[in-house]
Amino acid sequence: MASILFLLFSTLTVLCAVGVVVNKNAVNAAGCLLLCLVGVAGLFVQLDAYLLAFILLLVYAGAVVALFLFIIMLLDVQGRQSFGFSGITTFAGLMAFALLLTGLGSIAIKGHLDAPRLNRLAVEGANLKSYAQQLFTTYLLPVQIIGFLLLIAMLGVIVLSKKHATEEPAK
Amino acid sequence: MMTASLNEYVIISSLLFVIGFFGVLLRRNTLVVFMCLELMLIASTLALVAFSRFNATMDGNIFVFFILTVAAAEVAVGLAIIVALFRKRQTVQIDQLDSLKN
Repeated sequence: MASILFLLFSTLTVLCAVGVVVNKNAVNAAGCLLLCLVGVAGLFVQLDAYLLAFILLLVYAGAVVALFLFIIMLLDVQGRQSFGFSGITTFAGLMAFALLLTGLGSIAIKGHLDAPRLNRLAVEGANLKSYAQQLFTTYLLPVQIIGFLLLIAMLGVIVLSKKHATEEPAK
Repeated sequence: MMTASLNEYVIISSLLFVIGFFGVLLRRNTLVVFMCLELMLIASTLALVAFSRFNATMDGNIFVFFILTVAAAEVAVGLAIIVALFRKRQTVQIDQLDSLKN
């Protein structure tokens, strides 16, 4: 059996995820994505990963969704047709969706993932010190590579969004 | 206090993934497709955190840490590409972006 909080946050997450997909207005979809992320952060707190919940809210809800809203309003692409398929795309999409739903159903019905009760396990993710320990010993090289990746991404974004003098005018 | 089992977390995570996947297939607006991709990424991080918690290890949490960093970089680059595309073609609807078709 699940706790009340788990039910609350998982319902919020799933409903808002559906909202992202079905909302015709892109701004509303971004708002739904924000609420969905809040729900996932709540689930992270249930799993004792407080730091990750905090980072999820800061990075995703704070930065990424704000960036999305910024671009949506900048491009102003409202009021156009958002749904619709044609021919074989519909078939392939429906097949893939049916396969994924079958997998989900088999997890829900047959899946008995063996795990001990939570109160008997050590809470590793709640301890900030263990993050630091791991990041600066075992995962030191990945941390440096990630830093380099962020630098490259920043440079790439600057290059991409720069207006080139030779660029032909848009039609 | 009753706590949720690992199975329930995996179900929520896979449900989120399926919804995001469906959104990627269904929507025609590039920005919303991108948001649905983020949804799928979040679903995978939820599964990682849940498995990590129920196995009393740190590795899944550290991995989620890296995934969040990469996702932030990915969103920045992806949105820059979309803006560049919009500047060139004046549209972000997927069915109108077909210059590679012929």
